[in-house]
Amino acid sequence: MTTVTERPAQVQDGTTPARRKGSFGFNSVSPREKVVRYLLLVFVLLITIGPFLWQLSTSLKGSGEDIYTRIPQLLPSQPTFHHYKEVTDTIPVWDYARNSLLVAVLVVGGNVIGASLAGFAISRLQFRGRRIVLGLFLATLVLPGEVTIISQYVTVRELGLANTLFGVALPGMIGALNVLLMYNAFRALPLEVDQAAIVDGANAWQRFVYIGLPSVRGTVSVIAIFAFIGAWDDFLWPLIVLTDPNKYTLTVGLQYLSGTFSNNPRLIAAGTMIAFIPIVIVFATLQRFFFKGVEEGAVKG
Amino acid sequence: MRYNRWFTPWVLVIPALTWLLVFNLWPSINTVILSFTNARPIGGGHFVGLKNFETLLHDEQLRWALLNSVIYMVVCLPFLTVLPLLLAVLVEKKLPGITFFRTAFYTPVVASAVVVALIWQWILDDRGLVNGLAEKLGVISGPLPFLSDQWLLLLSAISLTIWKGLGYYMIIYLAALGNVGRELHEAAAVDGAGPFRRFVHITIPGVRGTMILISILISVSALRVFSELFILSGGKGGPGGRDSSVVMLIQQYSQGFEGNLGYASALSIVLFFVTVVPMLVLARLNRRGAEA
Repeated sequence: MTTVTERPAQVQDGTTPARRKGSFGFNSVSPREKVVRYLLLVFVLLITIGPFLWQLSTSLKGSGEDIYTRIPQLLPSQPTFHHYKEVTDTIPVWDYARNSLLVAVLVVGGNVIGASLAGFAISRLQFRGRRIVLGLFLATLVLPGEVTIISQYVTVRELGLANTLFGVALPGMIGALNVLLMYNAFRALPLEVDQAAIVDGANAWQRFVYIGLPSVRGTVSVIAIFAFIGAWDDFLWPLIVLTDPNKYTLTVGLQYLSGTFSNNPRLIAAGTMIAFIPIVIVFATLQRFFFKGVEEGAVKG
Repeated sequence: MRYNRWFTPWVLVIPALTWLLVFNLWPSINTVILSFTNARPIGGGHFVGLKNFETLLHDEQLRWALLNSVIYMVVCLPFLTVLPLLLAVLVEKKLPGITFFRTAFYTPVVASAVVVALIWQWILDDRGLVNGLAEKLGVISGPLPFLSDQWLLLLSAISLTIWKGLGYYMIIYLAALGNVGRELHEAAAVDGAGPFRRFVHITIPGVRGTMILISILISVSALRVFSELFILSGGKGGPGGRDSSVVMLIQQYSQGFEGNLGYASALSIVLFFVTVVPMLVLARLNRRGAEA
């Protein structure tokens, strides 16, 4: 406590009105700290983004270019899109992309609709067995998906959906976790709002559409983003369900491609970029909603 | 008091409930049933008693897989509980351009495990970036067999998992940091505590609950690892299949004429018990810590 005297500068800083602004007063950064922070940020950036750039660069390097050189060159000296063309000519990559997109759209739609309906009912409507239903959803969280993947396959096979894209999408179309996230989001609404709406004669459906949904848009977007990414990136499940190479999703197709072209890293690189770039664009466009949703507390468990 | 007809909530809940029953609860029960059969991927199969479980006991590949899982978990835990927290502290301050950095750090999470594993496969190739640079710098004389040596392959997959997980846990920590009182930091700063002491005495206790949650998530996902090992090993599980994970074995038995869904189900039950252990241990730690 005796050290207080050592910090007059800090205290003076603090007395400026800026302090009241909360996030900037105390957080104001000294120039030296700023430099250190940016250096660290750039360092981490190299680690996280570097490998992607390296792959992008490999995919653009000309066939005559030595990609194995000891002194790595990030910029291709004979840049070309040739490998992208070659990959798409040899392997139906666009079909794979379309398959992935179809699965992802089904999964996003199913989760947004199914999870918000159920989440709304469990958190805002009174009914017998409500607690049991909630408990059931909670209980399944302990179970890693891989544990039931074999019997899930048996179920899908019995529904006649083995080796179909619908079979790939179906089990993930309403995730228990998403139901719980929606339940949490709806619960944050004050009960009085519902009561006022009831006095005004709004039925459950109207309360869902006009009061519930507009106030949980953050969580809905987080669920949609995660569902899309999850479906687009999933590998194990489509690998088990799909046997026909024409029906492959991008991830399974990529693995197939890497086996076929194992002697030409440029082609594999082009293939990975075709799978990677769309998802990055989707995420970069929607990251605003994602980080907002995170701040609202949608991703706490 | 009720403001809706009795069936309205059920109409809304039934889709989700159907999915839960058909794709979660029933498969859980069916996994146990299947594990006593010799069901084939094409269909059919009959009751074989405890045969699958007897086979488990003598399955050398499973022993390797379990060992790999434990190593995976033990190495991932310290790195993925600490590094993402440091990252979260780094991106917490709203400096100009911070959204760009946050998004960029999250990119490996967004990319498919297959994509990043293929990228790393190229980087760790005998003639890839890492070996090239290391040879150039004279650290090594010949290429290190990152992808063909049993232990190096496991280590490569672990590093890949850590690298891919950084952004994910960073975001969870970031949400938790928002709840750590700014007043505490201010007060400590006034009392002369430097950034390091504030981190140890304020930030860490403040995110303790999140830390335990994250430890559970890391342990469970380390035990469930599949894509990284599968792709890096070219689907073969390394030399002699010794770099398999339990999930890789499950996948292996799920396919083709050699497939055995009964045995794969028995392996799934092993996986279940393996993943429940860290959850129970850490949940218990959490409770004890909360009482103290």
